[in-house]
Amino acid sequence: MTQTKSTPGGRGTLYKGREGMWSWVGHRITGVGIFFFLLVHVLDTSLVRVSPEAYNAVIGAYKHPIMIFGEIGLVGAIVFHAFNGLRIILVDFWKQGTRYHKHMLYAVLILWFVTMAAFSARHLMIFFGGE
Amino acid sequence: MTTTNSDAVLPSQGIEAPRSGRIDPKYLRSNPSTGSFEMVAWVFMRVSGAALVVLIFVHLWTNLMVGDGIHQIDFAFVAGKWANPVWQFWDLTMLWLAMLHGTNGMRTIINDYAEKDSTRLWLKSMLYVASAVIIILGTMVIFTFEPCLTDDAGNLLEGVAPQFCHGVTN
Repeated sequence: MTQTKSTPGGRGTLYKGREGMWSWVGHRITGVGIFFFLLVHVLDTSLVRVSPEAYNAVIGAYKHPIMIFGEIGLVGAIVFHAFNGLRIILVDFWKQGTRYHKHMLYAVLILWFVTMAAFSARHLMIFFGGE
Repeated sequence: MTTTNSDAVLPSQGIEAPRSGRIDPKYLRSNPSTGSFEMVAWVFMRVSGAALVVLIFVHLWTNLMVGDGIHQIDFAFVAGKWANPVWQFWDLTMLWLAMLHGTNGMRTIINDYAEKDSTRLWLKSMLYVASAVIIILGTMVIFTFEPCLTDDAGNLLEGVAPQFCHGVTN
């Protein structure tokens, strides 16, 4: 069978199904998730104007064991969106950006993994080590 | 309105190179009078994004990674931070940049996926109302916050007032 696709492996095109597309998908999904958390987070913080008891009661929900893992997921989304966002800026403004965009995505994923390993360890240690 | 490029006309052949001008406005992709908005939005996403990386990473570091981390977050912790104008300004900048960045991202997504004009209008109207409410609410909370709450007799509320309130009112 003749290979007529534009990439060596014949896997779709330059963009579809490859690093460029998946980083875009990841950026979009994490962005939407962070946006909705932000709406909730401003509302819960606004309870400091209602009463200290109301604020402490609602913020206490973030200290539930299930929420601790939710926070790790949230920070995971933020860290990916942050690092990949810096990659997008480099693709746009750095002369060699488009040449190295795949390398930069792998760098983003490695940095994400290192950052999240450190954050998760510290967050869990504080949670289980505290009261 | 048309764009012109004097070099684009090839006199020897008497024909114009493609896209050299005299484009009927109805074939232009953008309205010349509003064309710069999308470019300003594009620049804003990159500038605010770079700033938000610093703003949010420091926010997460001071609130979750140092001290008692998640356990320390309560009314007194917020009061202690906002007693410092630097943190008020920090949180205010973070609020505005994050909300505008997020709202513009959601606007882009709505434009991408909502095909009907009326659907786009409704979704974007809801988005803009929600964003305006959150930005105004958050700004008012930061500026009207009262850390040293007192009861009717003028005594500090025990158990919730941060440490520094005791020095001020006693």
